[in-house]
Amino acid sequence: MTLSVRRWRIGALAAALALASGPVAAQLAGKPPAIPDSVVEARTTALASTLRCPVCQGLSLQDSPSELAQQMRSLIKDQVAAGKSDAEVKEYFLSKYGEFILLEPRARGFNLLAYLLPAAVLVAGGLVVWWNVRRWTQPADAGPSPGEPPAG
Amino acid sequence: MTRLIALDALWFALAVSAVGGIVAPIAIARGRRAWLSIAQGAVYANFALVTVATVAMVFGLVTHDFSISYVAQVGSRATPVFYTIISLWGALEGSILFWAWVLALYSTLVVYFNRNRPGNLVPFAASTLLVVALFFHVLLVGPANPFHLVSPVPADGPGPNPLLQNHILMAVHPPLLYLGYVGMSVPFAFAVGAMLSGESSDDAWIRLTRRWTLLAWGFLSAAIIAGMWWSYEVLGWGGYWAWDPVENASFIPWLTATAFLHSVMVQERRGMLKLWNVNLVVGTFVLTILGTFLTRSGIISSVHAFTQGTIGYYFLGFIAIVLIGSAVLVAGNSEKLRSDGRLDAPLSRESVFLLNNLFLTVFMFTVLVGTLFPLVAEAFRGVKVSVGEPFFNRMTLPVVVALLFLMGVGPALPWRRGDWPALRRKMLPAAVVGVVLGGLVFALGARNPYGVLAFAFGGFAAALNVGEYVIGVRARREAHGEGVGTALVRLFAGNRRRYGGYVAHLGIFVVALGVAASSTFRTEREATLRPGETLTLGAVNARLKEVWAREEPQRAVIGATVELLKDGQPHAVMSPRMNIYPMSQQPVPTPDVRSTPVGDTYMNLMSFAQDGSTATIKVINEPLVPWIWLGGGIICLGAMVAGWPARRMA
Amino acid sequence: MNWKRSAIAAAVAAPFIVLLAYGLTKDPREIPSPLPGRQAPDFALQVFLPGEGPMARNIGDTVSLAAMRGKVVVVNFWASWCLECITEHQDLSLAARQLAGKPVQFVGVLYNDVVDAGRQWVADRGGEAYPALNDPGARVAIDYGLYGVPETFVIDPAGKVAYKHTGPIWAGLLTAKVDSILAATPRTPGQ
Repeated sequence: MTLSVRRWRIGALAAALALASGPVAAQLAGKPPAIPDSVVEARTTALASTLRCPVCQGLSLQDSPSELAQQMRSLIKDQVAAGKSDAEVKEYFLSKYGEFILLEPRARGFNLLAYLLPAAVLVAGGLVVWWNVRRWTQPADAGPSPGEPPAG
Repeated sequence: MTRLIALDALWFALAVSAVGGIVAPIAIARGRRAWLSIAQGAVYANFALVTVATVAMVFGLVTHDFSISYVAQVGSRATPVFYTIISLWGALEGSILFWAWVLALYSTLVVYFNRNRPGNLVPFAASTLLVVALFFHVLLVGPANPFHLVSPVPADGPGPNPLLQNHILMAVHPPLLYLGYVGMSVPFAFAVGAMLSGESSDDAWIRLTRRWTLLAWGFLSAAIIAGMWWSYEVLGWGGYWAWDPVENASFIPWLTATAFLHSVMVQERRGMLKLWNVNLVVGTFVLTILGTFLTRSGIISSVHAFTQGTIGYYFLGFIAIVLIGSAVLVAGNSEKLRSDGRLDAPLSRESVFLLNNLFLTVFMFTVLVGTLFPLVAEAFRGVKVSVGEPFFNRMTLPVVVALLFLMGVGPALPWRRGDWPALRRKMLPAAVVGVVLGGLVFALGARNPYGVLAFAFGGFAAALNVGEYVIGVRARREAHGEGVGTALVRLFAGNRRRYGGYVAHLGIFVVALGVAASSTFRTEREATLRPGETLTLGAVNARLKEVWAREEPQRAVIGATVELLKDGQPHAVMSPRMNIYPMSQQPVPTPDVRSTPVGDTYMNLMSFAQDGSTATIKVINEPLVPWIWLGGGIICLGAMVAGWPARRMA
Repeated sequence: MNWKRSAIAAAVAAPFIVLLAYGLTKDPREIPSPLPGRQAPDFALQVFLPGEGPMARNIGDTVSLAAMRGKVVVVNFWASWCLECITEHQDLSLAARQLAGKPVQFVGVLYNDVVDAGRQWVADRGGEAYPALNDPGARVAIDYGLYGVPETFVIDPAGKVAYKHTGPIWAGLLTAKVDSILAATPRTPGQ
């Protein structure tokens, strides 16, 4: 069976396909103890969920069906299998793509603002609600409060 | 000819809006009574003129009048009539025209239904709507003019964007979104009208506003769900919500509108929260315009963003006018809007509404911060950062859980003064339901704390919600001796606002259940198969039958035929495809979805061998995803029950 | 109307407008690369099109960046399915020919494509002045933090990334970049 449609495009996809099952990073000198496949799989999924697919917009490497995302997932898998820590894998992508590649800004320095502002609004709003509920539930016809000496 | 009629109509509409929107309020403020009816007449005239332009555009599209620039841009003789008509909103200029028409329609309905109302409120509201219309008319004769002359006239056009014409939901989602977005202009106009006419401290305007907000809210809810459905069916990653800036843009005003629909009840019953409600109404409108700005200016990169141009600056100017203008007006009137609140007890439905507004506001603010933070970081740090799903999940899921809890407690509490033992009696069985549900999903292997909590609190709240129906029905049965069905119908008819709200809540629970289940229990597997080989994922056995290719006039299609096996026998066939358009760099995935009441089997063709000997397919098990769409329908039903005008129900 | 409160509210709202105005002046698609100024990632890729003149390499040979120390290296990522690559194709060959006598090496790296398609694409456009390399699995592309094609990197004789260009490049810009690097480096490189 031959698929004659747009040879070049199909070829590109076929090339990607051939590679998806491709190299395993056992070539490293001083092989670390082998990590079980299920662990590699789980860590790859977790890492790919925190990295942004560069050719799509807003999707993670895990979610994106694009070719580059598939290749990047396979790279993560190789790195994990080769014994790199999660932080090292992230650092690799960070050094190549910049902070843009991280789907969640690192919670440090200026970026803390994104995390603290909503929390601050929650706390401030909570205080306003609490204060108002107290104020509004005080009986309107209450006489002098118990702490005050009676007039006269 | 068509082109010139339309263009003239738009210029006249611009003039009419300017007269009705700017001249009339000034004249009315100076005591010229005659201008009261001019402002309202201008609304009708504007509607007629914009209708002429819109009909002309549809006529131009259908008759392939390629001398019209918009038709030359999105039309093509090969495109079916249906897709030709909906391409009215398929690109920037057409969508602005459609927007202007929806706005004109709303304005006309507002003025018509309130034509006999005395006072200056409606004329000022009409003028406010005309000022908004004026902005869109400026766009239409300026940077977003769809009626430029193309010369020489081309024989054919390229046709609409492939992504927009490959699914029927594109005929549904954008109009719903516009009806929701534009509908939020009506409450805004009433708020501004009330402040300008000095009637803001009176509650009359807020009564008028509630039903219009409910209408727009219903459309917006439906639009959001339809948009989720569209991206699920079309984008090929098996998800429905990616916290994309444009998705956020539609969600942010929904949150403030939802907050308003609750807090407005506190104002109606207790005369409280007047200033807060004005802020919510005005804020919702500003957020819809901000959302449009984000979509149309190309300021933030997004899957859905249209191309950029000078239009961003027009929007910026408009946002500046609306935001600063509203801030000045609301702050200036803040003393009039002061209300002397009285609460009988801290444990009451009023208090729950206050907390509900707090959490909805925090939710809205969090999504807004996340959406705009890349811009802030670039301005202050000079670095581009991404704010995506992990951030939004981490920040908003606690708020979602809190809101689910309140959705249970709120309806279970009476107005004014709650009674703790009574509440405890109601809550106890519901808490058992919640704990059992949470424990069940934990036993099933869910380990994400928010996933488990969402089930637990969702179950708790849903049980309390159902409990309210049970209590109501039982009371009617005892009092009137009615059957269960009659009692339920009469219960609803007797207090449609209340029970409509409960139905909407029920819809939210169903959506929440679908989202929680599909994100907690989603499983997926990807495999490269030769024909005859099988991929197994849970109960799904997918056997690749063949890989095929076919050439269509406008695209090439490559597909895989996959049989689903049960006991070794095929019982269904799925064919995920890839559509390849000559002008797009990446193939457009066209996943196949097989739905059952308990979930979907989602199948996407990832890649394939050149000679057709293998295909890589991804199968995703998506539990309860159809419940999300069902829940969307229930939400809309609830909005209809609560908002349908009384005389028609009788 | 309480104008004092109005003024405060307006002042609170104004920075928001300024932020949006700032955003309008930025292109969301332009993402700065962390690579310029850093050591360029090494690569060793197979030649599938030889190129011409002093820059030519034999088909099947492996070209590595490390072996080109001492030269200015221009790395262009491209693909046959990339529309914008057509725009810059002539300019790249033109610049390569203009710089042929100098210690400069151009290489094209094929990105997510099949070699046959790349070969056909170049033949359809009358050849290319420099060798084309294949990058299976896009590993080198990812190493260079590629967001899409075309992207072009200019690497100085010491192996540092001197310049990154996103989108189609033109001959004048490229020769100017290379010449300024050459002018800034000592005559006898590689010592």
